[in-house]
Amino acid sequence: MTVYLDHAATTPMLPGAVLALTDEMARTGNPSSLHGSGRAARRVVEESRESLAAALGARPSDVLWTSGGTEADNLAVKGLFWARRREDPSRLRILVSAVEHHAVLDPAFWMAEHTGAELVLLPVDSDGVLDVDALRDELDRHGEQAALLSVMWANNEVGALQPLDEVVSLARRHGVPVHADAVQAVGQVPVDFAASGLDAMTVSGHKLGGPGGTGALLARRGLDLMPVQHGGGQERGVRSGTLDAALLASFAAAVDEAVAARPVVAPRIAALRDELVAGVLAAVPDAELRGPVDTTRRLPFNAHFTFPGCEGDSLLYLLDSAGIEASTGSACQAGVPRPSHVLLAMGVDEHDARGALRFSLGHTSSADDVAALVATLPAVVDRARAAGLAGVR
Amino acid sequence: MRVLAALSGGVDSAVAAARAVDAGHDVVGVHMALSRTRDQFRTGSRGCCSIEDAGDARRAADVLGIPYYVWDLSEQFEQTVVADFLSEYEAGRTPNPCVRCNEHIKFAALLDKAVALGFDAVCTGHYARVVVRDDGTRELHRALDAAKDQSYVLAVMGPERLARSMFPLGDVPSKEVTRAEAAARGLSVSAKPDSYDICFVADGDTQGFLRARLGSQPGDIVDSDGEVVGAHDGAYAYTVGQRRGLALGRPAADGKPRYVLSIEPVNNRVVVGSADELVVDVVAADRAVWFETPAGDVECSVQVRAHGVPVAARARVDGDRVEVTLTGGLGDGLRGVAPGQSLVLFDGTRVLGQATVTSSRRAMAAR
Repeated sequence: MTVYLDHAATTPMLPGAVLALTDEMARTGNPSSLHGSGRAARRVVEESRESLAAALGARPSDVLWTSGGTEADNLAVKGLFWARRREDPSRLRILVSAVEHHAVLDPAFWMAEHTGAELVLLPVDSDGVLDVDALRDELDRHGEQAALLSVMWANNEVGALQPLDEVVSLARRHGVPVHADAVQAVGQVPVDFAASGLDAMTVSGHKLGGPGGTGALLARRGLDLMPVQHGGGQERGVRSGTLDAALLASFAAAVDEAVAARPVVAPRIAALRDELVAGVLAAVPDAELRGPVDTTRRLPFNAHFTFPGCEGDSLLYLLDSAGIEASTGSACQAGVPRPSHVLLAMGVDEHDARGALRFSLGHTSSADDVAALVATLPAVVDRARAAGLAGVR
Repeated sequence: MRVLAALSGGVDSAVAAARAVDAGHDVVGVHMALSRTRDQFRTGSRGCCSIEDAGDARRAADVLGIPYYVWDLSEQFEQTVVADFLSEYEAGRTPNPCVRCNEHIKFAALLDKAVALGFDAVCTGHYARVVVRDDGTRELHRALDAAKDQSYVLAVMGPERLARSMFPLGDVPSKEVTRAEAAARGLSVSAKPDSYDICFVADGDTQGFLRARLGSQPGDIVDSDGEVVGAHDGAYAYTVGQRRGLALGRPAADGKPRYVLSIEPVNNRVVVGSADELVVDVVAADRAVWFETPAGDVECSVQVRAHGVPVAARARVDGDRVEVTLTGGLGDGLRGVAPGQSLVLFDGTRVLGQATVTSSRRAMAAR
């Protein structure tokens, strides 16, 4: 039996999403075509747009379909920067939190390297939560040069929910548009785009039970975005590319189902997560929970630990061979594990950061999964620790 | 057995892993990341260090249906193999980084970690044979295919590590057979070219690599009488036996080509002389590692470079030191033996052990 504890990487598709996909995918029709088949496809696309917008507190016209979270983040960072610079050439600063996903960080670094942007990495505290004072200070001093601000709704590694209310109100004072990557948040915590005051927000399909290859950037009406991908002029000319009605119907169905089920699912999974955290800390007393201890400040599906003296990849291998699937939580380059930039930004030293493991639960998780992990973990940690020592001789 | 198959991304290690799977072992593929910055080492498809190689290794694991991991051994690699490479050249010696990698990384850091994680053995694509004796102890032998034989670079491993190693390609009659087997198994690396260069020298320019890391250290090139015949920009760029690239202003008195005879690190001199002066018949070495420590004098054959020809010799062992005297006469003498090289002793096809050359000389008078 496989114990799947990597829902933050991707989670099983929801039944409604599978149904919507299979119902639709045999039908022909390019949503941009004017004939009957095209009109039928367009109708599916637009109904999906309306459904997704309704589930997330947005207007249908706010929704820009993309191929996933990464594309939406790229469009937000690059599109906002270019649009703002066109309007006011002195706005060159891109402000992002130091714990952003690579889909935000890397475009921001790329813009700094290739387009003359000035990158400002905003610090976080030891829980991985944005340092609002540092943001205030940055905006007080350089608010006039800020092109955009991007702070994720919740961190994908350590689950820290970010103080978006304060971020938005500070940014508004300085006229700086705010983007949030909400890929991990939707379906776990209430997400209302209009109420958030955000200017743009990223959503991804496969993280919440939808199909891979789907995502959206919600961009409030009137927000100036320069296109990144040019072509047939779909999506208000901001994001060209033929839309896939079946994928979008499935994506919208998943968002609808995940958001509707959240009031029931999230507390159930949060309770399992609390059990997991307590169980892991009891089984491995020197494990350190990373991210906020206060569960109201953390994603309900997320648990993240560092295990002193262990290498994350050893832990992963040993768990995998025991049928338990987890993640180190950080991105790899060609499969090479690197200490997580999130943990480093939180002040964790590089050595401890190497022993990181993220356990992320989801809608299919059960108490058996948690029990299996807690039963297996002590021997795995002992062995990984011995291997860690072998490596340093 | 639980077997860790080291997957370089090349054809040999992939076929070796496949054979381990066929033998019924529980196999996990591991690709070693040896460079911190992924583009530092060469980026072509010839080495074991590029992103493309990591991808090829991963694809091979997929085809074999085995788990695949990348282990970051870059720190150990830099601290042992690369550091040793630089300090040896700086000291006027000629290191073999593949031997050091087998000594410190593959059959040390990798093997130790594997054993600690519960693996019984490490499997690699080296061409060498393991013969298990009746009492269960093991012998390391040359591969069936002499052209591919890699027992020379494995001789450093010693008996405990040999007991935990598998070389499934030792009895392959030729590399072409390995390639054909890879193709038959659907391994896309079947036609990938072999790697010959030093994997951490990105462009194959060893001298450039050394110059960049060690800096310019100008000195004299002298003949064996001590007369200055040229200048160099760093003695580390020269290897005993080297003929090309000496750029000497004056030809030798006898008009014959000149070779590097030795490097003198103390006064930063490169000594050159005739081909004849390169020939030695006594080689001393230390840091000996034996599969079985020989008692007294041993008749054996010795080899001083990876693809060198073995020559008959008598070895005298004294602790971790060994001195070999060639028994075939000067006609069979070794040409261009440099301190730092690996001296490997064989009894027929069986590896006795290896040591690191400290000095060499000519005992017999020249004819």
